[in-house]
Amino acid sequence: MPEGLREFLAMGGYWPYVWPSFAIALGIMLWLLLASLGEARRSQRLLAELRALRSEPGEGGDAT
Amino acid sequence: MRPKRRRLWAVVAGLGALGAAAALVLAAFEDNIVFFRSPSEVASNSLPTERRFRLGGLVETGSLRKAGDGVTVTFRVTDLAHAVPVSYRGLLPDLFREGQGVVAEGQLDANGIFQASQILAKHDETYMPREVAEALRKGGHWKGEGEGQ
Amino acid sequence: MHRFANPARFARLSARALPWAWAVAGLALGSGLVGGLLLAPADYQQGDSVRIMFVHVPSAWMAMFVYAFMAAASAVGLIWRHALADIAAKAAAPLGAGFTFAALATGSLWGQPMWGTWWVWDARLTSVLVLFFLYLGYIALWQAIEDPGKAARAAAILALVGVVNLPIIKFSVDWWNTLHQPASVLRLAGPTIHSSMLWPLLLMAVGFKAYFVAVLLLRMHAELNWRRIRALRLTAGESTDSSHGFATLPAERASL
Repeated sequence: MPEGLREFLAMGGYWPYVWPSFAIALGIMLWLLLASLGEARRSQRLLAELRALRSEPGEGGDAT
Repeated sequence: MRPKRRRLWAVVAGLGALGAAAALVLAAFEDNIVFFRSPSEVASNSLPTERRFRLGGLVETGSLRKAGDGVTVTFRVTDLAHAVPVSYRGLLPDLFREGQGVVAEGQLDANGIFQASQILAKHDETYMPREVAEALRKGGHWKGEGEGQ
Repeated sequence: MHRFANPARFARLSARALPWAWAVAGLALGSGLVGGLLLAPADYQQGDSVRIMFVHVPSAWMAMFVYAFMAAASAVGLIWRHALADIAAKAAAPLGAGFTFAALATGSLWGQPMWGTWWVWDARLTSVLVLFFLYLGYIALWQAIEDPGKAARAAAILALVGVVNLPIIKFSVDWWNTLHQPASVLRLAGPTIHSSMLWPLLLMAVGFKAYFVAVLLLRMHAELNWRRIRALRLTAGESTDSSHGFATLPAERASL
């Protein structure tokens, strides 16, 4: 490993605190994003199915 | 519009009452909310000495000594009006140094020495690069705490 | 149709706003991370551990901002019975809880090397923990009450009661002595952070906020869909079914 990279990853010896902090904060944000995306897609699909079933005119063009 | 206005006033009044109640509760518990006591409070004998409490202040510059056993340290915690001698054995946090804020948890012994079982470092709200701290110190504009490095 | 008139307009507006929110979030977070991890200098006292600030402080700001937003939306929903406001408050709660948890966890990881402890019961840390529980209670209330209208009202009252905690969090470090230091950026006399560290911090804060806007719109969109699904099923007469028709829908249950 190049010296510069090693030094960067070591974070002056504070790597066990710095990297988990970034992982936790950004990980939570990524997790909430994916969960919300999935929720939006699932609901969109189900709504489309139901409308097709009831042959009701959909509003269409919704944000996804 | 009448029910809306009524609900609006209900929310406003509710929040007002809640705020007042919270303020009263916090004022009543003020003594328990403070995290540490100052050396001046210790000096004025207003604290029950047989109880454990936290002592907070600055580590007095030039007061830090390492005892012969190599693990016990003694220093004085000051609030610039009074100072209390502290004795502690164990690991110290990275930010612990003379001139830096400190909170010690423990108890006063018969000799008036605060026997600490835990030492926490307290830092201020200033953040800057080393070179800037260095330049400030050289220029005599230093108003932050601590000796830095 | 009156009930859905506003949501339809909301859908159009949010479809237009979303790409912008994503672009701002991506750019600000990307440059903030480069600035915070690579370009910002180490602190004169704290060394490289100060970089935790770049995720800790924006998380903590968002923890409070999202709660204020949630409470304001709750008040609008409670007073003017605006369904979209209820939906906004409900959609914001898990995000606020996530930010609060991140603030607590990263603060703990910062406190251990600098203060010498993972946790203390000082006024700042305790009041933020209370904020986290308020979010959890709010989310639990929504899940516990089946009827959206009743759930919105109960949850809104809880959200408004919890508002009293916000000034306590903000001023705890000034009103009482705490282990946590006072504010560095949002203070009357100006920031006490050197500009080389301040700009990445502000970029991260912008990124966090844009991320919140984007995911909030996404969540509101999903919640509106669930309500339309529910309405469709109710008009289809499935509500007369003893199992009220949609209890078997796993996707609906899983909604946060």
